[in-house]
Amino acid sequence: MDAELRELYQQVILDHNKSPRNFRKLENANHTAEGYNPLCGDKINLYLIIEDDVVKDVGFQGSGCAISKASASLMSSIVKGMKKQEAEKLFEKFHDLVTGKLTNEEEIEELGKLAVFAGVRDFPARVKCASLAWHTLISALQDGKKVVSTEE
Amino acid sequence: MNRTAVNSEKKIFKLERIRADFPILKTIVHGKPLCYLDNAATTQKPQIVIDKLVEYYSSMNANIHRGVHYLSEISTKAYEDSRIIIKNFINAKSEKEIIFTKGTTDSINLVANSFGRSKLKTGDEIIITGMEHHSNIVPWQIIAEDKNLKIRVVPITDDGEIIFEEFEKLINEKTKLISVVYVSNSLGTINPVEKIIETAHKAGVPVLLDAAQAIQHLKVDVQKLDCDFLAFSGHKIYGPTGIGILYGKEKLLNELPPYQGGGDMISKVTFEETTFNSLPYKFEAGTSNIAGAIALGTAIDYVSSVGIDSIAKHESELLDYATEKISELSEIKIIGQAKNKSSVLSFVIENIHPHDVGTFLDFEGVAIRTGHHCTQPVMDRYNIPATSRASFAMYNSKEEVDVLISSLKKIIEVFK
Ligand SMILES: Cc1ncc(COP(=O)(O)O)c(C=O)c1O
Repeated sequence: MDAELRELYQQVILDHNKSPRNFRKLENANHTAEGYNPLCGDKINLYLIIEDDVVKDVGFQGSGCAISKASASLMSSIVKGMKKQEAEKLFEKFHDLVTGKLTNEEEIEELGKLAVFAGVRDFPARVKCASLAWHTLISALQDGKKVVSTEE
Repeated sequence: MNRTAVNSEKKIFKLERIRADFPILKTIVHGKPLCYLDNAATTQKPQIVIDKLVEYYSSMNANIHRGVHYLSEISTKAYEDSRIIIKNFINAKSEKEIIFTKGTTDSINLVANSFGRSKLKTGDEIIITGMEHHSNIVPWQIIAEDKNLKIRVVPITDDGEIIFEEFEKLINEKTKLISVVYVSNSLGTINPVEKIIETAHKAGVPVLLDAAQAIQHLKVDVQKLDCDFLAFSGHKIYGPTGIGILYGKEKLLNELPPYQGGGDMISKVTFEETTFNSLPYKFEAGTSNIAGAIALGTAIDYVSSVGIDSIAKHESELLDYATEKISELSEIKIIGQAKNKSSVLSFVIENIHPHDVGTFLDFEGVAIRTGHHCTQPVMDRYNIPATSRASFAMYNSKEEVDVLISSLKKIIEVFK
């Protein structure tokens, strides 16, 4: 496989695509949001349980490409236990990573597992796939019960 | 050049010669030779079409129908000659029936607007099918909203064919227009348009054919079909973008009001009153895509010189070959299995999203389309978000189908 392509579809991403973590509906969620990417038909329903400003539990459902599904899966594992503000900050970093603004190796490493999405920067058309779950997260964190679209 | 369109003499189809006419086919993508299988989105252009655009701007450019000077005269002549080429190609009765538009979408909007405004009233019904491109849905919804009309949709089978009995049931005294896609861009289905038109005419209802995916693959004879309107885009038949055709029966076009107002479409204007120009100019307001219209004539001459029947035969062999090869992959399901199909092969792969398929194939040099193909209701019908679609043109080869298949095998392996 081509190196650039291998960089995009890292094994971690393929694994999360195949067996996404937290892929379930949380019946007792107190914050939810729906995200759409109308260009490719990606769709995600996100469920959060937030107590004292801390994300206690995360679940998601939906359909999409490997990049969007793996991104939702990794996001759900990472933000569990985080404070709202921490999650929001992390999204900014993640966004810089996939759009190629974050180039400092150390800072990329600080992102931990999320660093596997660095390859997305070479595929501008896939940035929306990678960030859909995060946009949906921000919306759910803010007031919940909202529909977000990558086209607005 | 042969202007008498397709003649009966058998043309010899030489793939290598045809491929050599299309300079873009030599492109290297990610280190691999381009394998362009996205022809339903747009076709590539032969060198003579590209040359015609250059020739127009380097030696003919002037506004048409206006100047008395040399350049205006030759550009007007080339523009009108192109209209005649197109008239002959689809066997219209008169060049007055050939209106230059921006493309299929523009042509359908013209009819929706002009026919819709003048002939439709509250409660009237328009019939479309379950496999329309958005451009044959949305213009009708806009006018329906305005005039309180009802849009009725002919359902389709699991194989992607319209259910003819349901179509017959939908026709009633309120039906005022039937607008159907000739060949579906997402399923490849060739609709039984002759039968549809015959049935519609028995009820006195006119028919518009969206021929965007038919004109480049099948022999289209508007008199034989007896359709009332027919729309297509230049860019899908090896011509430039931004130019297309609306064919309409002269009598019907004469009854319709103009779509847009402006220059060229009038014969006399005062502040009190305007008299409109005659056909086809009544529907061609403003300076049109002159270079595009002329180069479309060149593209159609090119198609005629290869022979539409030879093209159809070659493409149908490619489709059969690709269908057979892809059916051997158990992970793949073909979407659209109509008995009568044109060169579109839509498919889904188990557990692999079309987007990922598209990115992978790109790295093999293979260009296909992934997504809903502007036919979201079709995706909903089959309960899928999107498909991958390979679509063939006259210059594609069996070797390219082999590249497609081996690339698909690779991605299936990676995602295992
Ligand atoms: C069946 C069909 N109808 C209409 C259109 C619209 O054509 P255009 O975008 O050239 O106006 C297309 C093009 O994708 C098509 O495939």
